[in-house]
Amino acid sequence: MIKIAIFGFGAVGQGVAEVLLKKREALRKLIGDFRVVAVTDSKGGIADEKGIDLSKALEIKRSRKRLPEGTTTLDVINSLDFDVCIEVTVTNIENGEPGLTHIKECLRRGINVVTSNKGPLVVAYKELADLAEKKNAKLMFEATVGGAMPIIKLVKNDLAGNEVYAIKGILNGTCNYILSRMEKEKLTYDQILAEAKELGIAEADPTYDVEGIDAAAKLVIIANSLMDMDVKFEDVERVGITKITPEAFEVAMDKGYTIRLIAEVDKVEGILRVSPRLIPIQHPLAISGTLNAALIKTDLAGDVVVVGKGAGSKETASAIISDLIELYRCRT
Amino acid sequence: MLITIVVELKDQPGQLLKALEPISRLGGNIVSVYHQRDKITPLKRIPVEITIQIDERKVEDLIEAIRRNGVIVRSYNEVRLTATTSLLLIGHIIHTDLGDTINRIDSTGFAEVVDMHISMPQLNQPSTAMITISATSDDNLKKAIDILKKTCREKDITVIEPLELQ
Ligand SMILES: NC(=O)c1ccc[n+]([C@@H]2O[C@H](COP(=O)([O-])OP(=O)(O)OC[C@H]3O[C@@H](n4cnc5c(N)ncnc54)[C@H](OP(=O)(O)O)[C@@H]3O)[C@@H](O)[C@H]2O)c1
Repeated sequence: MIKIAIFGFGAVGQGVAEVLLKKREALRKLIGDFRVVAVTDSKGGIADEKGIDLSKALEIKRSRKRLPEGTTTLDVINSLDFDVCIEVTVTNIENGEPGLTHIKECLRRGINVVTSNKGPLVVAYKELADLAEKKNAKLMFEATVGGAMPIIKLVKNDLAGNEVYAIKGILNGTCNYILSRMEKEKLTYDQILAEAKELGIAEADPTYDVEGIDAAAKLVIIANSLMDMDVKFEDVERVGITKITPEAFEVAMDKGYTIRLIAEVDKVEGILRVSPRLIPIQHPLAISGTLNAALIKTDLAGDVVVVGKGAGSKETASAIISDLIELYRCRT
Repeated sequence: MLITIVVELKDQPGQLLKALEPISRLGGNIVSVYHQRDKITPLKRIPVEITIQIDERKVEDLIEAIRRNGVIVRSYNEVRLTATTSLLLIGHIIHTDLGDTINRIDSTGFAEVVDMHISMPQLNQPSTAMITISATSDDNLKKAIDILKKTCREKDITVIEPLELQ
């Protein structure tokens, strides 16, 4: 019996809960019996070692906006017996909290961790990876980069044995949406940003996306986890998309290019940067809408390209569930 | 275009000036002057390699003028630019001394701006330019791009680099 605790019950946490409910039988066949023993949000939670009623938890969270007070995430970690934590609390790339403490405390107790939270990995990837190894626990983080687009396990498993020497990717769907709309509509950045906000694609304060911060955070995770590097967020050279004009697209298109925000790490050239780049129109990275994509350069397999949905609660849940299955598949 | 001229100078004061004077007179820009002291000729002349940026149509006149000044011109060659790439600039390109921006590349001696397509801005709006740079090698092209990026950072111009240098 796999006992699961979910920390964070926002879009992603609820998305995971829904998939666990909806696919219960299919999942059982893959990983065996499981039950959710706790869910928490910022103010409270529900916990029971015998298993909680997930649909009721969803209902409570949705109708009352919060889970019952009294049970905190740290209470759950300290007093409940469980095997794996799904850490999907808010991102903080400055100090990684609260996720960093949650993840450390779980790993320290030998509890496996599956997370979509970039913060702790950006701040302390190496420390967490070492801790996991020491404690014989697993840290899974497919959902931190590229949402449903497979990249972490793709490189670790399917491209195992290759040396990945460079990755260039579109790692932020909001920026890609804005740029591809500017390309098509020849409207200004501000006009398209307003549209993206209205559609819920951009946040009220879009800084985190449009200044390349989110993409840079993901790039740091990629470099450290897939390319055996040891880089920090501050090491990323970063230029956002706010200065791009419709005329820039016109001039670029004249020469057969479009413009996209590209995150690039190159071990050979010593490159670690997020910046708008000219992309040939037929290039596989010249994708439109909120998609993410990555071009992975390897020594044996050559170039590999992946494209997928970079965000959304269901899409992110997909990556989390695939990590969960990877953790427990062999047991059945 | 970019050319290098190798002249042989007597080891006496005022010799270099004889070689350089026609260059400025004909509107050329001196990029570098390199005395090859380790290659002194049997007649004790010093070979000097001069790299200059000059209008292609004036090269023959220039060589002629240097020779008329009594300087031996051993050889002259166009510097071949083998690596080329285009970049996009967005910002107040014209008001931030475009000539200076271009000159910082051209004065390297290993790279030059070979093409520029500016889309004229509306009043007070940033303009956009597609700038094409050629250099003598891939490495020098990268160096030129770094110089351009640094210059543009100073001038608050956004540089959009190509995904790959072709
Ligand atoms: N949404 C996506 O498409 C997506 C894609 C990839 C990765 N991610 C990452 O996944 C994580 C979750 O994203 P989201 O969209 O679900 O965010 P969200 O809707 O803002 O949810 C965040 C959740 O974290 C909870 N939380 C905050 N502090 C906590 C604490 N100390 N203990 C327990 N829970 C705490 C919040 O509680 P309250 O409900 O009480 O506020 C909220 O339920 C983030 O790190 C995000 O960057 C999201």
